[in-house]
Amino acid sequence: MDGLLLSAVKDFKMNKWVYLMAVPVLAYYLIFFYGPMYGAIIAFKDFRGGQGILGSPWVGLKHFRSFFQSSFIWRLLRNTTLLSVYGLAFGFPAPIIFALLINEVRVKFFKRAVQTVSYIPHFISIVVVCGMIVDMTASEGLINDIIALFGGTRTNYLIKPEMFRTIYISSSIWTGLGWGSIIYLAALSNVDVQLYEAAIIDGANRLKQALHITVPSIMPTVIILLILQIGNLLSIGWEKVLLLYNPLTYETADIISTYVYRRGLEMADYSFSTAIGLFNSCVNLVLLYSANKISQLTNETSLW
Amino acid sequence: MIQNKSIPERIFDMFNMVFLLVIMIITLYPLIYVVIASFSSPSAIYQSKGLLLYPLNPTLEGYELVFRNRSILSGYTNTVFYMAVGTPINLVLTSLGAYVLSRKKLKWSKLFMMMIVITMYFSGGLIPLFLIVRGLGLIGKFWAVILPGAISTWNLIVMRTAFQAIPDSLEESAKIDGAHDFIILFKIIIPLSLPILAVMGLFYGVGHWNAWFYAVVFLRNRAMYPLQLILRELLIMNVERESFKLVTTSELQAVEMMQLLKYAVIVVATVPILFVYPFLQKYFVKGVMIGSLKG
Repeated sequence: MDGLLLSAVKDFKMNKWVYLMAVPVLAYYLIFFYGPMYGAIIAFKDFRGGQGILGSPWVGLKHFRSFFQSSFIWRLLRNTTLLSVYGLAFGFPAPIIFALLINEVRVKFFKRAVQTVSYIPHFISIVVVCGMIVDMTASEGLINDIIALFGGTRTNYLIKPEMFRTIYISSSIWTGLGWGSIIYLAALSNVDVQLYEAAIIDGANRLKQALHITVPSIMPTVIILLILQIGNLLSIGWEKVLLLYNPLTYETADIISTYVYRRGLEMADYSFSTAIGLFNSCVNLVLLYSANKISQLTNETSLW
Repeated sequence: MIQNKSIPERIFDMFNMVFLLVIMIITLYPLIYVVIASFSSPSAIYQSKGLLLYPLNPTLEGYELVFRNRSILSGYTNTVFYMAVGTPINLVLTSLGAYVLSRKKLKWSKLFMMMIVITMYFSGGLIPLFLIVRGLGLIGKFWAVILPGAISTWNLIVMRTAFQAIPDSLEESAKIDGAHDFIILFKIIIPLSLPILAVMGLFYGVGHWNAWFYAVVFLRNRAMYPLQLILRELLIMNVERESFKLVTTSELQAVEMMQLLKYAVIVVATVPILFVYPFLQKYFVKGVMIGSLKG
């Protein structure tokens, strides 16, 4: 024990400046991340403002039970899952395909132009993007203008529950296509040119080259990003849902995170909404861990 | 590597380029539409039905509306303030953290790293965060908008990787000369990492510019609202024009002006970012690559 203490003191003396530098950083994480984790225990209590976090009475799993027995849990779970799964199904491959297509372009100027243009939407604030969506889906908006041009009737799409997911996902693709492709293009540019040359000598045409060299070269990247996406399955981009939804579309638009927001901040039902949020985080963790485990077993790629 | 293209390949290339061109148009056109509309006159734009290829009755009225609008101007100054105060804080904290985590010989660095990475995967939730901020007495204060997001773990990891790439030999010789870690950080690491610092500064800066959510949760006073929050009122919540104090002579004119105002304010709120964009572009691809390599 003595040796341990001695070496710890020595380490501290030698590196005292580094430890000093670590203090504000650790303080930040302790206050704003671990603090709320501790605060999350109010999910198991009936939080009363006056009594504080410690003083409020324990109620065990009461809130979780009432959440699982509620009438709206299925709506929330369904909407959250569907939005995530559809988002994954359409939104995940899009940047990959985009990157692969860009990679095939031989005209340097055009290649750069496409990439540069594609990054722009990522930098536009989510509020502005949603503002444009609100404007474009309105009865007098751009989308309806185009529909009217082809003889269709004008309708406001943002108040239609059945259109919500389409609008949400297609606008997410619009925003993220270019930015998402960066990481794949980076991986693609790392592929050894000699592999291609060897393939050509062996008589492979472009398609064969693409299938046997290009695609496998980005698979590790694809898998890691896929795992990360799955881990986020239940808490995807909900700021955007918050901006785009309205009471008329709650049926398809209301997801777990937006419900937590409404219930917690607007109705001040702190304990209950924290319980739901905790449930959300835990499910995410389980999903992340499972996805990683599956990947570990089937390939060599994994997150940790 | 010279390769003669076969006919199917040429066809593919052609379709590919056309397809990508279409994507470019779809990406750009909504933005172009907004810009064109912002330079049109209120009545013309309100009545227009169809694609816009040029401004209708070109006028700067839209921009007049924006710059005369108290709420928008207040939002603008608030955002600039949050950005000016927040970004240095971001950079300082992230650099300190990246330095600490990049020191290999540190006993606790693995523990620190794990502590930090865990927060990327699990959090206590929005409500507990709200209660913590409230407990700190920060509700309604501008610190509540800046502090909770002070460090982006993703940026931290990228910066750590960049710091790790600096050769140990420089550190060693500085240590022999008697320098301690603070000096090493300021005199060696940072001057060699200016590009990555610039990128991070721009990332954080853009983040502040686009930020709205913490303001919604933690601020109560409309005079403190950042620009994006004002935009949200205008563009999404369709707030009554009274709160925007438009001077109008008729109901119809008010509606028309609100519509034009929306387009103009989008342009005014987004153009600063697009100015910065060319500078960003050179670096952020590299930055993402560094981050992805270490993962």
